[in-house]
Amino acid sequence: MPHQTDHSFSVIARQQLPWLYSLARRVAGNRAEDVVQDCLIRAYKAYGSLEDVQAAPAWFRQILINCARDMHRKEKRRVDESPLDDTPEQTLYRRIVDEDPLPYSETVHIDFLHSFSEEDVWNVLDQLQPIYRIPLVLVHMEGQSTADVARMLGVPRNTVLSWLHRGREKFEKEMWEYADENDLLRDLAGAER
Amino acid sequence: MIDCTEAVRQLWDFLENDLEADDRDNVEEHLSFCRTCCGEVRFAEELRDVMKDAARAHVPDDVAKRMGDLLDELEESQP
Repeated sequence: MPHQTDHSFSVIARQQLPWLYSLARRVAGNRAEDVVQDCLIRAYKAYGSLEDVQAAPAWFRQILINCARDMHRKEKRRVDESPLDDTPEQTLYRRIVDEDPLPYSETVHIDFLHSFSEEDVWNVLDQLQPIYRIPLVLVHMEGQSTADVARMLGVPRNTVLSWLHRGREKFEKEMWEYADENDLLRDLAGAER
Repeated sequence: MIDCTEAVRQLWDFLENDLEADDRDNVEEHLSFCRTCCGEVRFAEELRDVMKDAARAHVPDDVAKRMGDLLDELEESQP
């Protein structure tokens, strides 16, 4: 354990807890509490390896991501890592143009996005396989660089870019299906009349 | 010169400033004449904002209590 009592594990961990849970909620969905608990136990055991408390956020982030990946591995969820199809998915932007779900709106794309609550966004994220969800969260929600995420996940940067590309396609596709299944578009169409 | 498919493929990396200079120039050149892809970029920016707005989850009180209890236990187990 480090000698600085002001920097005891308990104090540092309590400071990190809100954003750790927030990150876990996005990478592990409704298993967030299990992942945070595992993370705290692992971090406690390894606390002697944290030499600089300023590095605590990055240190906890790495441990939490490892915990989430281990949990997904144990669940043995089948992961589709087949090469990207040469034919890209239709983008959500173009799909909204083609389907025109809100014919009375002049700001249909923005209206579509704003129909999603934070809970809806998490629910869409939950639909993605972890291999795509984790890079998406780290890069586009946490603001990490693809180079840092590659180091964190122990894979080449090109692999991260490939997962991100496919993850975004899947996220956009799931957004459309979620909006349809949960009547978000019907609610919007009713509100605009 | 790149086409729409290639521009769309790179536009998120473009937004994240994660492209090599040559690739960035190619995307910018394409956007200079393609209104559809400009719409794609604006939409991707909005979508990214929606994702970022959902980035912070509140810790439920019961979860915070259990995590606090766990930290207390770990602290007490310290030799």
